[in-house]
Amino acid sequence: MVKKKTKSRLSVSIGKLKLKNPVLVASGTFGYGQEYKDLVPLKKLGGIITKTITLKPRKGNPPPRIAETYLGMINAIGLENPGLEVFLKEKLPFLQKLGIPVIVSIAAETPEEFSEMAERLSKVKSVSALELNISCPNLGKKGLISQDAEATYEIVRAVKKAAGLTIITKLSPNVTDITEIARAAEEAGSDCLSLVNTFFAMAVDIKTRKPKLANVTGGLSGPAIKPQALWMVREVYQAVSIPLIGMGGIMNARDALEFIICGANAIAVGTGNFVNPRAGIEIVEGIERYLKENKIKNIKELMGKL
Amino acid sequence: MSKIIQGKFKIVSNKKAGCDYYKMTISAREVVKAASPGQFVHLRCIEGNQPLLRRPFSFHRLNSDNFEILYEVVGQGTRLLTKRKKGEKIDVLGPLGNGFDVKGANIILVAGGMGVAPLFALAEHIVHSSQFIVHSKKKKLYVLIGARKKNHILCERDFRRLGTEVLVSTEDGSKGRRGLITDSLKSLLSTIDYRLSTIYACGPKEMLKELSNISARFNISAYGSLEENMACGVGACLGCAVETKRGYERICKEGPVFNLKDIKW
Repeated sequence: MVKKKTKSRLSVSIGKLKLKNPVLVASGTFGYGQEYKDLVPLKKLGGIITKTITLKPRKGNPPPRIAETYLGMINAIGLENPGLEVFLKEKLPFLQKLGIPVIVSIAAETPEEFSEMAERLSKVKSVSALELNISCPNLGKKGLISQDAEATYEIVRAVKKAAGLTIITKLSPNVTDITEIARAAEEAGSDCLSLVNTFFAMAVDIKTRKPKLANVTGGLSGPAIKPQALWMVREVYQAVSIPLIGMGGIMNARDALEFIICGANAIAVGTGNFVNPRAGIEIVEGIERYLKENKIKNIKELMGKL
Repeated sequence: MSKIIQGKFKIVSNKKAGCDYYKMTISAREVVKAASPGQFVHLRCIEGNQPLLRRPFSFHRLNSDNFEILYEVVGQGTRLLTKRKKGEKIDVLGPLGNGFDVKGANIILVAGGMGVAPLFALAEHIVHSSQFIVHSKKKKLYVLIGARKKNHILCERDFRRLGTEVLVSTEDGSKGRRGLITDSLKSLLSTIDYRLSTIYACGPKEMLKELSNISARFNISAYGSLEENMACGVGACLGCAVETKRGYERICKEGPVFNLKDIKW
């Protein structure tokens, strides 16, 4: 009886997608779930956002691919992944057995390629939603799709046409005005926005006087970016009416609650998984405790209540 | 594949073992039970966000209840690790990676600098498992230790105590043979019947690269434990990639031990 009550107390919706709790794991930080099966009771998570998949396999960037920085890390993995076919055949079966929502992160270069992937994935029963990664900073291109409102609109529109699934658009913080891009995605029919992806960054080795990453630049994540991410979630919350998944340096329940209070319907743990694989589970427990202690009946009462 | 465990385990001791070197013993029976030489643990040096990421350390010794790591103070994480006290608990994630797969009649261990860390666990394993009789005429275990200078030579006495044949070299000649460890190896190979030998190595990248050349020239197998910046340790983040003939592979998952002929240097 008690269990049922806490379940509904934490449940949230994102488009057609129902989550039993608002805690997700962020794309690229949790592989395809299987990597953490010994360490984390995966069924207790609100859902898993997979490592980004592309239509064809991608080799990724040369090493070194990561560098630790103050309160954070910079990565330039370069979307290494086995491609859509191998994902469906070898990675998805494990995920679908978990019985929790599987959000597949996809990336492509053109609206057509995005649509093709979305169409394929919308036919797969165990895929609950798609996250459009239009904000990866490590592809060696000049601009990101999510730095351009028009390009963002076009991609989201094309995917919405091709797939009946819940669509989450992942935004880059590397923009002058994130609300402009957020509005473009909303107008195009995105069911939800996730923010933020990593910040453009670099690190230098003063001994060799060379960049610490082979790719020179990468994306900064971790507690270092939390205040900026929080601000952006607040900005976007005030600008759009679709649900938001907040992320950026979330390490514990306190961080997660800050994002929810700023307007996020759900949150995702990213770099925190590397430090503590159980971070997501501990955040679910921590939020539950917070609600109880503060006599809050439902998490929805907290959302955007700044 | 052994099961990975995360938990807080008690520090049994944490002592200085040379100029900038320390040994930490941690009581973690369930981790040890699943562990083998060549595998590693990912430690949280302190609770808190700075430094943020865990640090990987290979098993230096594996006893029934405890494991030991040998570490050098190289940055903030390892400096904080030296401050950890006996009796405190430390967050351990492991065992991780593939470990050494022991085969061959003669075994040659090549340890450059800190490379002694995983190779001592391997030597103990070989000596204690009856598959190798150290003093038998048929099978031999050679240990080559090399470093820049005398005070960076580690574990020489420990290896000798195991009854292995130890050959020391230093780049400046302050101890043992003068020169590179790879030159020591070449001269060893010219004096023994090396055909059934297998090399297991750990050390700087340049050393491992040269070993792969030597192993090709002498047509013997060489396995090396590789290093790279690492975040998750469990194969999820793809941060610790190394380029092999099969494409990029994860040092934390497919490695850290690789057949050196497969690495694209």
